Amino acid sequence: MIEIRWHGRGGQGAITAAKIFATAAFRAGYTGVVMAPSFGTERRGAPVFTSLKIAKEKIYDISPIETPDIVVVLDHLLLTEADVAKGLKPGGLIVLNTPKPLTAHDFDGMRVAAADVTALSLEAGLPHGVVNSGIIGVLCRALDVVPFDTVLGEIEAEFKTKRPQANAQAARLAYEKTIVEGA
Amino acid sequence: MHIIENGNVAAALGVKLAGAQVIAAYPITPQTPLTEKLAEFIEAGEMRAQYIPVESEHSALAACIAASSTGARAFTATSANGLLYMHEQIHWAAGARLPIVMCVVNRAVGAPWCIWNDHQDSISQRDTGWIQMYACDHQQIIDGVLKAFALAEATSIPVMLCYDGYLLSHTYMPFEVPDEGKVGRFLKPFKPPYALDPANPANLNTVTLPDVRMDVLGEMAHGYMEIRYLLQEDLRAALSVGQEIEDEFASIFGRGGNALVEPYRCDDADYVVVGMGSLTYQLRDVVEALRDEGHKIGVLGIRLYRPFPDQAVAEALGAVRGVFVIEKALSYGYEGALCSDLKAALYEHLVKGGGNGGPAEDGRDRGQPAFVKGLVAGIGGRDIRTLDLTDALRAGMAATAGGGAKGAPAEERPDWIGIKL
Repeated sequence: MIEIRWHGRGGQGAITAAKIFATAAFRAGYTGVVMAPSFGTERRGAPVFTSLKIAKEKIYDISPIETPDIVVVLDHLLLTEADVAKGLKPGGLIVLNTPKPLTAHDFDGMRVAAADVTALSLEAGLPHGVVNSGIIGVLCRALDVVPFDTVLGEIEAEFKTKRPQANAQAARLAYEKTIVEGA
Repeated sequence: MHIIENGNVAAALGVKLAGAQVIAAYPITPQTPLTEKLAEFIEAGEMRAQYIPVESEHSALAACIAASSTGARAFTATSANGLLYMHEQIHWAAGARLPIVMCVVNRAVGAPWCIWNDHQDSISQRDTGWIQMYACDHQQIIDGVLKAFALAEATSIPVMLCYDGYLLSHTYMPFEVPDEGKVGRFLKPFKPPYALDPANPANLNTVTLPDVRMDVLGEMAHGYMEIRYLLQEDLRAALSVGQEIEDEFASIFGRGGNALVEPYRCDDADYVVVGMGSLTYQLRDVVEALRDEGHKIGVLGIRLYRPFPDQAVAEALGAVRGVFVIEKALSYGYEGALCSDLKAALYEHLVKGGGNGGPAEDGRDRGQPAFVKGLVAGIGGRDIRTLDLTDALRAGMAATAGGGAKGAPAEERPDWIGIKL
């Protein structure tokens, strides 16, 4: 089982991003998929997270992730606002949207995959601040379990009425520009 | 076709496939997305039904009662205090023998206000005469809506399909959307034995005297007591009707099987943990972890809570040392309602008759378990950690070790898993 926790801000589309990746994983043979948003009283802009578990078999335990293999962070400012690395397994992976060089962050020995998704999404033709398609490209570069073409297909399907090509292009650019560091 | 969606969407798709004709509902968290989805289907012309917006849950069910009385397939959904606000009409729908289906998206009851999951809302409606089903995942939600309409209409008794708020209602999982053609084979058009008709006006459910009496046609009419006796008899018969419907569903769709209880690794178990809803699926992983440590333990999910499957429960628990019942609700002042119901079933089937006849074919001794231990968890949406469940059950088994073949009795009062006092 692969456990991925997605951190974003209310309204930023972290749930949609997780759902796209979950659907692609399902199509790629991960029949066990459980995606549980943090429940309750989300406000726009406030830190939120969603849990995604994927496995080859049906998942019966839908309780929240405590020890993720991967955390996906849609906004680098969340690194200081929320304890995004909480419970991250030793050797775990942080997938990060950041405009800064990796040396500007302290990741306590964890593996990091990062790209400036905000800028690359603009370049792909998306409005400023839309990063939830692009971040999937960063994840796919560092986690090779779902064919990237399948993921791009799901991105276009999810955004079929909202700039499907630009969203897919954002993921493609992020995939190409991602820097992976660490063990 | 498989899709990945949340539990509320699974329920809405089920209602659409069932061809519900009248929907009346009032939004309440965490049920709201379900009724929004139905409103969308109707607005988009994907579903031919009348959506009646109402000012309260009491009116929502009143509208469904009226619709169902005229022979329409009626659906509503609610949660928590919304369900309690319906309470008078909930009794009415059952007494009037109307096959309404309602999804209860389980949520804690105020005060204090709490929007998160437990089972106090639906458990508090246990004695209203409705059938209550509990779903463990999205497949059981979407399939359950179809089975609920079939069961309601076969028995003329309304059905609550209960599923965990947030844990299922807002969680995304893959599930198969039943094929429309197969649904048509499974769920026949609703033809009620009697329907209100303006061409033949009638009074329904007027004041009914304590004793039987002649009606205007000179025929002996039931008194209140006879009407209520028949509700009870038909509810008891709904255990076998529910299983027949489950079998029919399984033969058409190739999934499902047991309408009453869902046992997992119970066959050789010394201990069985019993619960309802998504918790019982989470407990499968707990059972696996404890089995790896050498404990012979299984889990029994109660799928149909009313009518209570006493026989099936007693059969499943007849050879175990001890039973743990984990509930998300209480009968305040005593213990969990399921725990009491389960003890009554064991008394009826295992104690009163002196056990069910000594060693059975499998050589395992039959008789009452040494203990039934109640546990409370997840009240008001408190996270139920898999590790906490594992620890609680391991401790429960250790506390009752010894005491001969049947183990030692446990403390009587329920333990609260995860309480921080």
